[in-house]
Amino acid sequence: MRILIRHAARIVVVVLLGGILGATLVRVAPGFGVDEQELDSRLNHESIQALRQSRASDGNLAEYYVHYLNRLLHGDLGTSRTLQQPVRQLLAERFPETLKSVGLGLALGWTLGLALAIAPVMSRSWCVDLLTSLLAGVLLCLPAAVLALLFVIAHAPGRLVLGLIVFPKVFRYARNLLAHSASLPHVLTARAKGAGGFRVLLWHILPVAGPQLLALAGVSVSLTFAAAIPVEVLCDLPGIGQLAWKAAMGRDLALLVNLTMIVTIVTLLANYAADLITNPLASGKA
Amino acid sequence: MRQRLVRFVLLLSVALTTVIASAQSGGQLRFCLRSEPKTFNPVLVADDASETVRYLTGGVLIRLNRLTQQLEPELATSWKVGDNGRTISFKLRQNVRFSDGTPFSAEDVAYTMDRLMDPGLHSPTGDAFRSGEGKVITQVAGKNQITVTFPAPIVGLDKLFDQVAIMSANSPQKEMAVLGPYYVVENKAGSYLLLKRNPNYWKQDAAGRQLPYIDSIRLDIQQNRDMEMLRLVRGEIDFINSLDAEYYDKLAAEAPNLVYDAGVSLDSEQIWFNQIPTAPLPPYKKAWFTSTNFRRAISESINREDLARVVFRGHARPAVSWVSPANRLWFNSKLPPHPFDQKSALQILAQDGFRMQSGTLHDREGHVVEFSVITNAGNKYRERMATMIQQDLAGIGIRLNVVTLDFPSLIERIARSFDYEACLLGLVNDDLDPNSQMNVWLSSAENHQWNPSQKTPATAWEAEIDALMRAQASTLNMKKRKQAIDRVQEIVWQQEPFIYLVNKNAMSAVSTALHNAHPVVLRPQVYWNIDELTLGTEVAGNR
Amino acid sequence: MKWARMAALGFLVLVSAACLLADYVAPASYAQQFRDALDAAPSRQHPLGTDDLGRDRLSRLLYGTRVSLLLAPAAALLSSLLAALIGGTAGFVGGWVERCMMAATDLFLSLPWLFLLVTVRALLPLNVSPFTSVVITFALLGCLGWAAAARVICADARTLSSSDFVLLARATGNGSFRLLWRHILPNLKPILYAQFWISIPVFILTEANLGILGLGVAEPLPSWGSLLRELESFSAFSAQPWQFVPLILLVVVVSCFHVGLQKRELSS
Repeated sequence: MRILIRHAARIVVVVLLGGILGATLVRVAPGFGVDEQELDSRLNHESIQALRQSRASDGNLAEYYVHYLNRLLHGDLGTSRTLQQPVRQLLAERFPETLKSVGLGLALGWTLGLALAIAPVMSRSWCVDLLTSLLAGVLLCLPAAVLALLFVIAHAPGRLVLGLIVFPKVFRYARNLLAHSASLPHVLTARAKGAGGFRVLLWHILPVAGPQLLALAGVSVSLTFAAAIPVEVLCDLPGIGQLAWKAAMGRDLALLVNLTMIVTIVTLLANYAADLITNPLASGKA
Repeated sequence: MRQRLVRFVLLLSVALTTVIASAQSGGQLRFCLRSEPKTFNPVLVADDASETVRYLTGGVLIRLNRLTQQLEPELATSWKVGDNGRTISFKLRQNVRFSDGTPFSAEDVAYTMDRLMDPGLHSPTGDAFRSGEGKVITQVAGKNQITVTFPAPIVGLDKLFDQVAIMSANSPQKEMAVLGPYYVVENKAGSYLLLKRNPNYWKQDAAGRQLPYIDSIRLDIQQNRDMEMLRLVRGEIDFINSLDAEYYDKLAAEAPNLVYDAGVSLDSEQIWFNQIPTAPLPPYKKAWFTSTNFRRAISESINREDLARVVFRGHARPAVSWVSPANRLWFNSKLPPHPFDQKSALQILAQDGFRMQSGTLHDREGHVVEFSVITNAGNKYRERMATMIQQDLAGIGIRLNVVTLDFPSLIERIARSFDYEACLLGLVNDDLDPNSQMNVWLSSAENHQWNPSQKTPATAWEAEIDALMRAQASTLNMKKRKQAIDRVQEIVWQQEPFIYLVNKNAMSAVSTALHNAHPVVLRPQVYWNIDELTLGTEVAGNR
Repeated sequence: MKWARMAALGFLVLVSAACLLADYVAPASYAQQFRDALDAAPSRQHPLGTDDLGRDRLSRLLYGTRVSLLLAPAAALLSSLLAALIGGTAGFVGGWVERCMMAATDLFLSLPWLFLLVTVRALLPLNVSPFTSVVITFALLGCLGWAAAARVICADARTLSSSDFVLLARATGNGSFRLLWRHILPNLKPILYAQFWISIPVFILTEANLGILGLGVAEPLPSWGSLLRELESFSAFSAQPWQFVPLILLVVVVSCFHVGLQKRELSS
């Protein structure tokens, strides 16, 4: 219980820090506080000044963050300037879409990645190794836009592109970890003693690479979230990735702060879960 | 026998009419929006997607027919502009109802004008009506007559009402109760909008059938133009309203009967130099940019024919003036095209003391002529134009650095910090009347991009432009207005504060399933006659 | 596998030589626009044809390779070294140091670094040379791309630091730095090689995507990323075979890196 409370407290602190830093990055970036509408030649001087004034209220970051935290305590996440809608409503509508995409992407990426990483280790064939590496290499080098177009032309769901983006990274790490574990003396001994391939994999190779693979699993969640942004934009999937892109282009502080905090929470939870599974005792020690 | 024949013919006619009518009616029109609409409040519309929804749902008093470019009565059966453009009186159509059944009357027009001119709302549409200090007064004379009086004359007053969608003063649905052919039924955030035919729409066709013909419209939010094109080819959408040159050629190769090129549009692409005295630029560069000779030389060094041919694949024309040749009434046809003559450009530069040294141009103080041009990243056409201009200017020894920036960063530089040297951007122009560009040509205006918000005109020619623009805005005499606008075009041609590059063509793509579509130059290019469009039974399949 | 490794290294040397000697090998300047030969097919004058502005594709590929082959591996190396340093130290030291460093790493993974890139670009003078601008972009990518690998390295280092050979080394009097440098880091090579191998194409494609924000390489300097962007539209599917050469070259080079590193990895 104490461990969980400590973890929770750590998460809250890091998330709040993430919000502040994210807001700072947005505030400091050029183009903050401007509006495309300023170039509308129909607007007169007063309207343009009013437009600039309305954007100036987000200028003081400390004030903004204090007001934001105050609103957050009442469940109000603010209003998006670019979409003119409450942030809470936007996130509620779009988060399930991204969860679906990320879930599918992780499942596909890990299934393919792990399967193709195990294949050369089990077969011990350089040919299999070369072919699987080549496949991963090709997918790694293909721009996401090309993959997305291929899927659209094939009438396949655009979400699956995420799986193909995650797969090469999972494959590469997993293949190297498993190959390294497979070359350790205890595996050679097990093989020499007549242990079958499957037994060697399950009892001798995977446990050694386990902590690293779990850490990779935790990290792959945040990598998939990051990859969801271009995929959702390219495939016009109405998820939070697409929202994040629109918010970035419009320097929408309210949306970006909330999105940064959400991504921070997801990243922390995924990595903490991986750490807890790997090293529950070590995680509990102060 | 004769009676039987007559009965048979009558029955046959009824049957045929029914068949024809049913073949021409119903169905769902599908096309794409590039972004989500930001608002459904017609007075606050400022983005393209919201403008689309307003056009499809809004009932207006007067409509500009995009094909004939003539004004036509809509909710107003007649109107009269009086007092030299200060007043406009409308006689309104009777027995019209909003989509929710609320009756339409002069009170709604008054309410709409009130909302439009609310100083707190800063409506872009409303700003077009702001002619001077003072309130806008509406006088309701009965249910179907209203007079609107403005503090100062407004040229093209009646045409401005094409953008004013009438809102209900009494409906509980507020701005969602509409008078146009469709109303919004569903809005799935980030995904699509569904519009259904307005059951109370007042318009009928010549045969007395209530319009619109098409039952519903589905607007998919699709930013990716490749996907949009793919969907058209597959028959998943019915048209692409605005097609880029590259996609036009691709589609034309596959399905030439789908594409339309309506000719040169009102839009232009241009470069301008930063002439702001307080800009953070070295003095010698300010001297270059404020020199007319320098700007003329740059202009003469740019091969506009190549820009139109290479970047826009021939679907553009070299620009001459800030008024496009598509605007037949206002374009100054006496202006010659800008020459492409690098030899002449060097001679003009020599007048200002520039000289070539080892293949590089130097100014009189010995500085290498090098400057940057910023443009918005992600716009392939502008990036390509900038790259071509880079090579053109290399021909006269000038080093041009192309810097692409994301749009907010670019706006910050050109509108706030003024930390830039030259900028390449386009002007999207929806209005034929050049008065709509007042806020560009007046030296005191914010959108006078090369040197905005001047307290007094910095140059004699800018002072002349100020006077001419004000003069044309204060008279309804078309001859005098034309003379003034022609003279402004002449000054701009000579002084080149904006170096106009090309006028792009208006291109679109329409599925063969869609009938009565006549793509035009003015926006909305394809669905300007939305209530007359019909969907046939054949589907645009693979070719 | 020795022959495969030699072939891979030989190919990398050949490509590097070709791009370093681009000034002599290229048929034309990478910026020169042959405006009467737009999207031209391969010919004697233009062995890989021309692009949509009439620029020789082979020249642009050679000069683009110079940019990308130099900068992408350098950025990948930087991110791998940072991941090794931060992840390795955290996993080795353990305790609250590890928790703090990993919390910072998770935070680093979550922040919208796009705005840092935009800010850095804004701070650069407008007239900075395209090469300087792309060097800065890749340097930033290298500085920002370490976080994911650091997590995995930390887990690996944690496991290694409690392994028998490290305990033995510690018992024989090795100091912390020596333990980390001589015993832990060499055993992190599989992850570091994976990180390096993944980062090269990822950084090249990221540089291409950053072009949408004006952060990539500036015209007219080519890079693999800008060449690959040509394939990102529908026109790629009616593209001519020679337009895929940059993609094929990238895949082959990345594979060569993999094959070149593989033997060392298996033997460690």
